[in-house]
Amino acid sequence: MASKAIVGEKVGMTQVWDDENRVVPVTVLRVLPNRVVQIKTVARDGYSALQVTFGQRDSGKLTRPEAGHFDGAGVDAGVSLVELRVDDVDGYELGQEITVDSLSDEARVDVTSVSKGKGFAGVMKRHGFKGQRASHGAHKVHRKPGAVGQCATPSRVFKGKKMPGRMGNQRTTTLNLKVVEADAERGLLLVRGSVPGPSGATVLIRNAVKGA
Amino acid sequence: MQPTDLVDSQNLRDDVPDFGPGDSLKVHVRVTEGNRQRVQVFEGVVIARQGSGVRETFTVRKISFSVGVERTFPIHSPVIDHIEVMSRGDVRRAKLYYLRDRIGKKAKIKEKRDF
Repeated sequence: MASKAIVGEKVGMTQVWDDENRVVPVTVLRVLPNRVVQIKTVARDGYSALQVTFGQRDSGKLTRPEAGHFDGAGVDAGVSLVELRVDDVDGYELGQEITVDSLSDEARVDVTSVSKGKGFAGVMKRHGFKGQRASHGAHKVHRKPGAVGQCATPSRVFKGKKMPGRMGNQRTTTLNLKVVEADAERGLLLVRGSVPGPSGATVLIRNAVKGA
Repeated sequence: MQPTDLVDSQNLRDDVPDFGPGDSLKVHVRVTEGNRQRVQVFEGVVIARQGSGVRETFTVRKISFSVGVERTFPIHSPVIDHIEVMSRGDVRRAKLYYLRDRIGKKAKIKEKRDF
């Protein structure tokens, strides 16, 4: 599990120039300062995590339970509550602000988000099947999966057979994205490459858990 | 206004002259050889401008030793030292790919005359 984590928002993709004047494709993530609202510990909750919020919300628009939760922690109400699983919650305290600076000395990060939903997709799009031939007698089967099982043995279709179905709209993590720039002043994090989800999606950013 | 403008605005150059397809340019390009840097000139006709914002590129075509050479530059690339506009061309389309099939006099572009 990661030792550092922060929540942000995907802004979109663009490109920047590197030291050797080459184009680097980057995803821009807006990372507002995160405020710790609740600390979950192994002793009390069975796992360790930080519950954080970010941004501002009008106090009049809070429900009573929400207001009580924020008040109890002594934290200004934020847009939403997000839980960040971390190895060790020592050194974190309620109301503490976590900024993008905490990741600035990380070379690589993992980014988790909910991927774009593709709806009910066929096997070619969903599983990368090759489909069937365009001509030579193929009749209305160009994108179909073909045979899904055998004959009298086993006389059933195996569990887990790749079939058409809902695609995307799943929690997805992209590992080992290189940090191009971490700008705490403007609350921006630039990572090389793409990040799951649409622009505006809430993303969790953690230090890379696997080696480069 | 794009959401990523807050990153892009720093990377846009403000010294790009006004030019379009048909214009003849001298593009001064910074070339790094080992640890030495010099400026090379690529001179030719703009046959296309493509894209917008920080991703915008333009394509310059020239005939070098009777071989057509095209080079595409990102307009905001730091590789470009500066761009000189030599002449304005009078053309009727945005993409001059037809020049690829023409040689000699037929590949000539009329110069724009301003009245």
